[in-house]
Amino acid sequence: MIEFRMPSLGADMEAGTLREWKVKPGDTVERGDIIADVETMKGIIEIEVFDAGVVEQLLVKEDEKVPVGTVMALIRPAGETAAPKPAERHVYETFKSIVNVKEEIPPVPAPAHEGLRASPLARRIAAENHLDLTTVQGSGEGGAITREDVEKAIAERDIRLKPRPAEPAPTPAASTENIRMAVAAAMSKSNREIPHYYLETSIDMSKALAWLAGANRQRPVAKRLLPVVLLIKATAKALREFPDLNAVWENGLQRKAEINIGFVISLRTGGLIVPAIRNADKKSPDDLMETLTDLIPRARALKLRSSELSESTITLTSLGDDGADAVFGVIYPPQVAIVGFGGIREQPVAENGLIGVRPVLRATLAGDHRATDGLTGSRFLAALQQLLQQPETL
Amino acid sequence: MTEADIKTTIFQLLKRIAPDTEPSTLGPTDNIRDTLGIDSFDALQFIIALNEKLGIEIPEQDYGKTGTLEQLIAYIKTKER
Repeated sequence: MIEFRMPSLGADMEAGTLREWKVKPGDTVERGDIIADVETMKGIIEIEVFDAGVVEQLLVKEDEKVPVGTVMALIRPAGETAAPKPAERHVYETFKSIVNVKEEIPPVPAPAHEGLRASPLARRIAAENHLDLTTVQGSGEGGAITREDVEKAIAERDIRLKPRPAEPAPTPAASTENIRMAVAAAMSKSNREIPHYYLETSIDMSKALAWLAGANRQRPVAKRLLPVVLLIKATAKALREFPDLNAVWENGLQRKAEINIGFVISLRTGGLIVPAIRNADKKSPDDLMETLTDLIPRARALKLRSSELSESTITLTSLGDDGADAVFGVIYPPQVAIVGFGGIREQPVAENGLIGVRPVLRATLAGDHRATDGLTGSRFLAALQQLLQQPETL
Repeated sequence: MTEADIKTTIFQLLKRIAPDTEPSTLGPTDNIRDTLGIDSFDALQFIIALNEKLGIEIPEQDYGKTGTLEQLIAYIKTKER
């Protein structure tokens, strides 16, 4: 019998709330099937199963909040037809859960079956109640597990799994705290697993800003564009030539067909959230401005759709005109690149032997060195720079 | 509009755009964006809201004249004349 447990999204996650079972007892599940929606600090996450089998029993009720590691369901592995054998030998490692940051679940150590001492009665009661004997502390001679030990463990488990009232909607403060923890989990994973390389280039923004000022003069106030829409469009357009940067690293490099820019939005109360701007390369600057006008207030109110949090193929962070000169980003796994823009500053620029003062933007790229090399990244930044010299073509 | 009316309107609009801030704590010479943590997107939304509410259009080249509460009130009064 396989135990399906509440997954962990990281070391700081202690519990999750089951919002919906997608299966019922008796259902056959295949590898990759989504079997539950679980609300976590990242919002509602669809949980997949990684082995085929038949759902034997659902142990957690909808809207119940349970600690990470709690057994939520029992699943009979494919091929095992008869009633399951006593549950003292659960297999722990055949299930994994995937979340949108692909945070790996810390493996639950396989139980040490050898040397497990328990009375036949204790074994029978444990099997009848689907209790894993390896989780029971024996109080008998030499640590042997007695009937009393098993009954006590069952009682404790039942209290833990007793249905509780539905969790109230998260308060903004709680949500902000959750987001902080989600960022912590994703960035820790990135720093642990992704060998970053960093590149930087300075971009003369004279032409782009002049074009923007001209465009905005002809528009009503409500239709004005911000410089960032040009940065989003130029990034997306440049990525068409560098598909290895618009990809994820999952058992090797996997290019993505759509260019969905994950746009970093900082929350005033701390933390950040990164919704996707889908097909950004195909949107005009006006379309992109409209998208931002829709996305940013919803993101700050934490009212994004789950798909908006899971479809990004690359991340873009722009510090804006009040920000630092440059930003060197941390890649959001499993993506393979993040593009960073600092504030636009007036700087002396030498050109054709003459020095002038120009608005200059420092653009950076952090790339996953497993996926690409500095040469690719360097060429990408050069393409980005070229596109921003022709703002009318964006 | 009196100066007090303008100030009330400014606070209302800022609160609508950035609900998690407290515009009423702004001092006359505080930089509005820095003090409230408003980015360029919210700043544009504020300018759009002022346009809708008061009919005042602030061109981009005048953004620098509206940085503090004191400056913004003075600017709006000038435009009202």
